[in-house]
Amino acid sequence: MNINFTLIAQAIAFAVLIWTTVKFIWPPLLSAIETRQKEITDGLAAASEGRSALEVAAKQSEVTLNEAKQKASEIIGQAEKRGSQIVEEAKGTAKTEGDRIIAGAKAEIEQEVNRAKEGLRSQVSALAIAGAEKILRKEIDGKAHSEMLSKLAAEL
Amino acid sequence: MATEHAEHAEQAEQALTPSSYIEHHLSFNAHGINGNVTEKGFWVLHYDTLIMSVVLGILVMGLIWLVARKATAGVPSKGQAFVELIFSFIDDQVKNIFHGNRHSFIAPTALTVFLWVFAMNSMDFLPVDWVAGIVSFFGGAHAKWRAVPTSDINTTFALALAVWFLMIFFSIKVKGFGGWIHELFYSPFGTKFWVLPLNFLFNLIEYVSKPLSHSLRLFGNMYAGEVIFLLLGMWAATGVAGTVFGAILGAGWSIFHILIVALQAFIFMMLTVVYLAMAHESH
Repeated sequence: MNINFTLIAQAIAFAVLIWTTVKFIWPPLLSAIETRQKEITDGLAAASEGRSALEVAAKQSEVTLNEAKQKASEIIGQAEKRGSQIVEEAKGTAKTEGDRIIAGAKAEIEQEVNRAKEGLRSQVSALAIAGAEKILRKEIDGKAHSEMLSKLAAEL
Repeated sequence: MATEHAEHAEQAEQALTPSSYIEHHLSFNAHGINGNVTEKGFWVLHYDTLIMSVVLGILVMGLIWLVARKATAGVPSKGQAFVELIFSFIDDQVKNIFHGNRHSFIAPTALTVFLWVFAMNSMDFLPVDWVAGIVSFFGGAHAKWRAVPTSDINTTFALALAVWFLMIFFSIKVKGFGGWIHELFYSPFGTKFWVLPLNFLFNLIEYVSKPLSHSLRLFGNMYAGEVIFLLLGMWAATGVAGTVFGAILGAGWSIFHILIVALQAFIFMMLTVVYLAMAHESH
């Protein structure tokens, strides 16, 4: 237990070592560790940010998908409606057209019938006149008279 | 009569007695300096303590510096990872005690104290007689060499006193000279006029006891460890039984000493941080 100059020398050595550590050892280690910590923190933050962005995107895509589905079904519904409407319209048009054609045909037939009747009528009248003529010419022959009439009737 | 006495002393010096063995191992490689030719008084330098501690300091801090110099923020090398482990350990300890800008001074100081004291303490693992053997091979049979710098009171007292001065420096720096003097008289018992002397006395005792307990704790542990190794070594010289038991107990004590070496370095570092942190606090 003898205190001597060694104490001073050791204190100087201690001071020099502390100075070295303060100046050359602590700062580079600290900066390396802090930089790495910051990088890791940033990386984790970026990862969680990316994750939340992904979630948002997934939600967004789901919403868009649903919207698209809804729109598609709407469009399909509209198309169906429109299709049936067109069909209905076409049916209606066809019916009226058909009716019109039928009516035309009927009218024509009637016309034709009338015309035939008209023709018949004129022929009948001509026949009647001819018949009458013949009757008048062969009034004496009764037999021939009835024969003529039956012939006339067959011609009618 | 006088010649006989001298002859007797010479004989005692040459014969290997237990007391001469221990005395030899516990003597410093002391040299008078500054005109002092004796090995007594203040102007004496313990070459062994100084050389061992400086070499160890350069070795340990140099190794750390080699790693710190090339420290990268990217993926660390194994060496850097190890150094960062120590760094973080010290940094965490300091962070828990000192709440200020620890990076500018206190944490680096703690790192220095811990590593240097740990290195100096761990010289205790070297077998005492091997050290003596190596030294006597180079310096003759009477060359003395104490391998453990922390079992020299000068080392521990130097560290503790340096911390003590730093403590006062930071006290004055943080609170101002007036604030420091004020604290000496007005804490811890209050500001009543009649307790001021008591406060001062209390603080005085605290200021004296801090460096003493700080240095003597480390010194006592390391010195005691060394003495026990010497006693075991002495026992080993008494015969076969002594050698066997000395070896077994020596191994046990060495293993136990690993704990003490690390623990005392840690305690010394923690107290340094605590004292410096206390200096920053106002009461």
